[in-house]
Amino acid sequence: MPIIRVQTEDFDAGVEVTRIRAGRPDVGAVAAFVGVCRDLNDGERVASMTLEHYPGMTERELARIVDEALSRWRIADVTVIHRVGRFAPTDQIVLVVVAGAHRGDAFAACELVMDYLKTRAPFWKKEATAAGSRWVEARASDDAAAERWHAPGRDAA
Amino acid sequence: MTKVLYFAKLREDLGCESESLALPEGVKTVASLRVHLAARGGPWASALAPERAVRAAVNQQIAKPETPVATGDEVAFFPPVTGG
Repeated sequence: MPIIRVQTEDFDAGVEVTRIRAGRPDVGAVAAFVGVCRDLNDGERVASMTLEHYPGMTERELARIVDEALSRWRIADVTVIHRVGRFAPTDQIVLVVVAGAHRGDAFAACELVMDYLKTRAPFWKKEATAAGSRWVEARASDDAAAERWHAPGRDAA
Repeated sequence: MTKVLYFAKLREDLGCESESLALPEGVKTVASLRVHLAARGGPWASALAPERAVRAAVNQQIAKPETPVATGDEVAFFPPVTGG
């Protein structure tokens, strides 16, 4: 069963990797991605960052993304944990873990989940810099990354 | 009534987090609701102007401009997402 959590607390990737393959002799590969708060964005030092989300829709959208990954590849299970609240550089933000029989499907599914998460899941970042605070602008490169996966009929308004 | 939510920069620009409104006659889609809200003028007109990148969801699902809206729906407007 996929685990999807939106939380303020930190996570432990090791614990989640151990959990996803516990009692699963069919799992031969676990791919994990950890997204971290950086200290530099668009040429400016980031002192801290706040992440806001749309409670309810976020969890549902993440579930839809995970379902899509499960339907496309032969993978056993997926865990997605995304934190919200206030972050400092080096803090962990997001974890995606995919377990499967083979690495190819696990890597691909992990990448699709991140690409779709970045373009569809309703999270917004606001950075605090020396010049004041600013909302992070969406990147065209993220849209391009998501479009490679060719899912029709999911364009936004 | 229809619940309308605003998030992130849009919420700040509009000074509004959520509201409940009666859909006027003729407002049947995300696009027509956006036009109706922009007609309030001031920050509404600028933040929801056609050239601004505004995304929408209806009942917590990503919506297109032509997605229908009806009484009882939960509609949300927000900037392009930036999570991850």
